[in-house]
Amino acid sequence: MTGPVIEAIDTVKILGDGAARVHALKGVSLAVTGGELTLLMGPSGSGKTTLLSILGCMLTPTSGVVRVDGQPIADADPEELAKIRRERIGFVFQSYHLFPTLTALDNVRLALDVRGENSQRAAQKSKEALAMVGLALKMGSYPRELSGGEQQRVAIARAIVGSASVLLADEPTAALDSENGHAIMTVLAEIARDRGRGVLVVTHDPRIVPFADRIVRIEDGKIIGEERASDRKDESAAAHKNDAADHKGKKRKS
Amino acid sequence: MSLAPKLAFRNLFHDRLRLIATVIGIVFSIVLVTVQMGLYVSFERMVTVMIDHADADLWIVPRGTKCFEDPSMLDERERFRALAVDGVASAVPLVIGFAQWRTPSGGNTPIFMIGSDPRGDGLAPWDVIEGTAQSLNNPGTVAIDRFYFDRLETTRVGDYAEIGDQRVQVTAITNGIRSFTTTPYVFASIDRARAYTSTAANKASYFLVRVTPGANLIQVRDRLRAQMPDTEVLTTAEFRERSADFWLFGTGAGAALFAGAVLGLIVGTVIVAQTLYSSTKDHLNEFATLRAIGSSGRYIHKVIIFQALLSALIGFCLAATIGWIVVLATADTALPVVITPLMTVALLVLTVLMCVISAIAAIMKVTRIDPAMVFTR
Repeated sequence: MTGPVIEAIDTVKILGDGAARVHALKGVSLAVTGGELTLLMGPSGSGKTTLLSILGCMLTPTSGVVRVDGQPIADADPEELAKIRRERIGFVFQSYHLFPTLTALDNVRLALDVRGENSQRAAQKSKEALAMVGLALKMGSYPRELSGGEQQRVAIARAIVGSASVLLADEPTAALDSENGHAIMTVLAEIARDRGRGVLVVTHDPRIVPFADRIVRIEDGKIIGEERASDRKDESAAAHKNDAADHKGKKRKS
Repeated sequence: MSLAPKLAFRNLFHDRLRLIATVIGIVFSIVLVTVQMGLYVSFERMVTVMIDHADADLWIVPRGTKCFEDPSMLDERERFRALAVDGVASAVPLVIGFAQWRTPSGGNTPIFMIGSDPRGDGLAPWDVIEGTAQSLNNPGTVAIDRFYFDRLETTRVGDYAEIGDQRVQVTAITNGIRSFTTTPYVFASIDRARAYTSTAANKASYFLVRVTPGANLIQVRDRLRAQMPDTEVLTTAEFRERSADFWLFGTGAGAALFAGAVLGLIVGTVIVAQTLYSSTKDHLNEFATLRAIGSSGRYIHKVIIFQALLSALIGFCLAATIGWIVVLATADTALPVVITPLMTVALLVLTVLMCVISAIAAIMKVTRIDPAMVFTR
């Protein structure tokens, strides 16, 4: 595990004006660390997507500090923010957002093309990224020829091909069945653990909790809790112990 | 190769119906501009065709002459005055004027006589396809253009007709000397032209001046102007410009052609802008994704501009083909559409400009795009 690759400190975001004014974030602090998969969980309207947009340098906070690889982004203009996104952040979206007129390979290559990378080198890297997500044989397929799970893998390949230090995933399993969701989370967990990248997944989906190193819960624009996988294991062990003791006591009474 | 052109191409061809609408808009616009400009060029050539083919460095014209067809007269004494000016090598009289052509069947049709000395410099018929220009030295001979065969009821060398009750024989036939007024040009010797147009023997419409080799044209012109205050002395370029200005803008004909061309451009720009904008709107999600994954604004603009350029290229190729068909179809009409190589290049540039300008609305739309919208769609 390394230091924070992306962090928001005491972030406030106010959306809208007048009667429509909403306090979307009320002093949120969150750091995503390299080599760790973090789940950001919370009900609809809790501020998850707003926080993800701020961490993804798509939205600027009303107040607070956002740092990417230690660099504050407060004074960055839209083009500078775009540069940070293309060089340091990978995105995975709920509805994939692949380009329907491009093949899987070109969809991945696009992430390098916008960086002005040499096309041959970009093609090679894209092939490697697709192979890593298990799509070596589907490089020439168009999105319409791929299943939902395969499309999401293409999106993951696009997110990792540029060697981003952090991956931000918005409900990556929401549109998938449990088998495909499981496969996608396995890939994301591998990216965090084997490649040392920070992965932040925004989700409602309780099925993916076992993949998380850390779970951050947000509600009403505030972080309301945080737990680590190790805490869950301890809890689970303690619960198991309690269950066993209860079971023994009941047995003795009987 | 960058993916931007590929993405533009795929975006464009993804919706074939919209592409067809775009291309029709461009083709309609460019064909309209081509025809209008082609007519303009053709008209301009026609109104100055006599000036362009005359053997003259300078023209001595009656004061106030607006164009070549202006029927005023100069006195022969002016010619001698001109010949006395330093730097003048020759001053040849030219007679023009309307006359009546009596056809072999007995009908009458107006003609425009051009009379000069066929032995010297002047304005002899050119592009002779039958007979010779020198044959006009013989008395009672004329040259006509094959375009007016029907009107003059004359179809070959040797045919007879009458001009102003005087028998004439056609001894030369030209190809392509057409009048924009639809009145046929008929060439004759200067003496015969004077007779047919009832011009006195000591009068001429113009004097065509040749300057001596090495003489400065402008200095000779200025000397002639000083010596001949009752006339105007113009270089060929000046007379050409005056004549073209009169017919193109003095009469409003050129302005009408220009207005048509401008209208075509406006309609084309609006159609292309509308289709590009709606295409961009349809692909907004993709542009937002591009922005979200870190594409610069420039990269997205490049995709849209490529789309515009591709549309321009396809539209131009089709419009150019139609343009050439129009050129061929009108080649033998009273006012043929003319397309020059320079005009073709200019039209290509114009098409590209039109399409790029049309892309501005689409670019403005994506410039305001919020990349965070990818999370909500």
